[in-house]
Amino acid sequence: MSDQAVEDKSHAPNRHVPDRLASPFQRYFKSWETLLLAVAVCIFVINSFASPYFLDPWNLSDATFNFTEKAMIAFAMALLIISGEIDLSVASIIALASTAMGFLAQAGFGTPELVAAGIVVGLLCGAFNGFLVTGLGLPSIVVTIGTMSLFRGVSYIVLGDQAFRGYPSGFSFFGQGYVWWVFTFEIVLFAVLAVIYGILLHRTNFGRAIYAIGNNPVGAQFSGVRVGRVKFTLFLLTGLMSGIAAICLTSRLGSTRPSIAFGWELEIVTMVVLGGVSILGGSGTVPGVVIAAFVMGMVTFGFGLLNVPGIVMSIFIGLLLISVIALPRLWFGFRSRRKVA
Amino acid sequence: MRQLLKSREAILAGAILILVGLISTRFGEFAAPANLINVFNDTSILIMLALGQMVVIVSRCIDLSVASNLALTGMVVAILNTIAPDLPVPVLLLIAVLFGAMLGAINGVLVWKLDIPPIVVTLGTLTIFRGLIFLISNGEWINAHEMTASFKAFPRYELLGLSLLTWLAIATIGVFFVLVTRTPSGRAFYAVGGNPHAAVYTGIDVGYTRFLAFVISGAVSGLCGYLWVARYAVAYVDIAGGFELEVVAACVIGGISIAGGIGSVGGAVMGALFLGIVKNALPVVNISPFWQLAISGSAIIIAVAFNARSERKKGRIILKQAERMA
Repeated sequence: MSDQAVEDKSHAPNRHVPDRLASPFQRYFKSWETLLLAVAVCIFVINSFASPYFLDPWNLSDATFNFTEKAMIAFAMALLIISGEIDLSVASIIALASTAMGFLAQAGFGTPELVAAGIVVGLLCGAFNGFLVTGLGLPSIVVTIGTMSLFRGVSYIVLGDQAFRGYPSGFSFFGQGYVWWVFTFEIVLFAVLAVIYGILLHRTNFGRAIYAIGNNPVGAQFSGVRVGRVKFTLFLLTGLMSGIAAICLTSRLGSTRPSIAFGWELEIVTMVVLGGVSILGGSGTVPGVVIAAFVMGMVTFGFGLLNVPGIVMSIFIGLLLISVIALPRLWFGFRSRRKVA
Repeated sequence: MRQLLKSREAILAGAILILVGLISTRFGEFAAPANLINVFNDTSILIMLALGQMVVIVSRCIDLSVASNLALTGMVVAILNTIAPDLPVPVLLLIAVLFGAMLGAINGVLVWKLDIPPIVVTLGTLTIFRGLIFLISNGEWINAHEMTASFKAFPRYELLGLSLLTWLAIATIGVFFVLVTRTPSGRAFYAVGGNPHAAVYTGIDVGYTRFLAFVISGAVSGLCGYLWVARYAVAYVDIAGGFELEVVAACVIGGISIAGGIGSVGGAVMGALFLGIVKNALPVVNISPFWQLAISGSAIIIAVAFNARSERKKGRIILKQAERMA
């Protein structure tokens, strides 16, 4: 995947080279985030008209549960995809971390140990992915398809068709607790993480290095960026976020089955791509991902209020994913560009 | 190059033989021809899908929508069978192939004309196709008693000691072998995957070639859709859920490079057989079937690590050092 990105960027012939920046207003107006924000506002307005129950603070607060956990992982995944890699094992890391927590809960450990276990398992899984990709130089898409089966497989070996229940009572705070009024622990965590990741990507050297690697890994290497170390850190972060998401999800559900969070990896990647992150690496923003999380969450919630089955919502999400990428290309693309590969 | 491919397949064949040998030390009957035929029959659908996927991966794309395509086409032919029971099976077979090819063409057009990355396109169509099954079936199951006897009997029909399903898999292997090694469009897949820019300069239409790869993969998925539904005599929304990753896994184990340009028919077949043997052997040797996922995961990682070793290109010296320092 990173291979392709390199070639595409360096060989593209006759690329239009602008000699000045567009005016700030134009840039703002044409940006992906603005387009997405418009979609979000539309969905919000349509939903409020479609159902009288939509504009209720408690309902909206409940609705945030269906994207906060995925969005936490999506932040780290966005950084990873910008750097030109991908991690498809995130949902399986959740399963493994949740299994570890369930195991410890059965053994009688308290909430702090469970939280520590979730985080440690997440970090270990991330480190394993990172080692395979940066240490052995393997393509991340295949490696993580492998670890996706492996991590969830271990979870199946431990649990089989059983489930872990009986988490300590204090543990339920992470997935069910409220910090203030309608604001759940999860939404507050989501907001804090959004700010942290926004600063990390857009305001630090580390963030600039991620873009550099995504655009041209070899060039980044020669300009002194420690490509391997940055990528390893990103895999570690993705594992960490999966561990944290596992804590929230397990706490919310109150039980662990090996099929927990099944299929989330694709939803998370969808969220990231919808947020304007290029799947080929090199571009994307954290605010975009935040808006995409809200778009997906509100679509799911709004359709749910209208009794639309979940699987029909997934059609909509799929169409949204393809059309938000296809429409701008249809609009702007046919004028100048005839790209090779 | 040829030597390298040969040795890679030889290693894989060796691994399969050792695997079968190990299993038969625990359970002698496993290596009996009759049982091996059964295992092959059971793996037929995976083999066919892996071949379709191979063409796509070789041209440096990926098709994650194969399982959804399979399930949607399966549902379509199952519904056709219930509303028009007189429709003969060969006609249904043709419909399945054409319908699958059409779904594949949707992927192909999006990749070709709009230049959207294949992984994004097929991620989208994966959910869309799956959702469409729900829309056309209203979420209901089509059960065995609603299907006609001939519809269900076709894949099980025995010819010269092998089921038609097995024969179809063998025929597909033959067709793909000829396509990939003996036709210009087959070679074009490798050219496009190996180096798209060079392919353009040799007069190959990269977009069209990729489109073709998606159509082929779609057609195979459609065919498998009918076979799956007829074999298990049931059609519902979730059939073959998550199977797309198993198909990709078979290709990866078979030594097909995810970076494109490298892979062979033999590799894809053996990759699929490896997974099929593991799946069939676990209950026989008394290991809980829950181990299967972890085993195939480990197999993928080992296979990739192994492939990468032989694939690694010799870079410039200075680059190598820079890489090591990082």
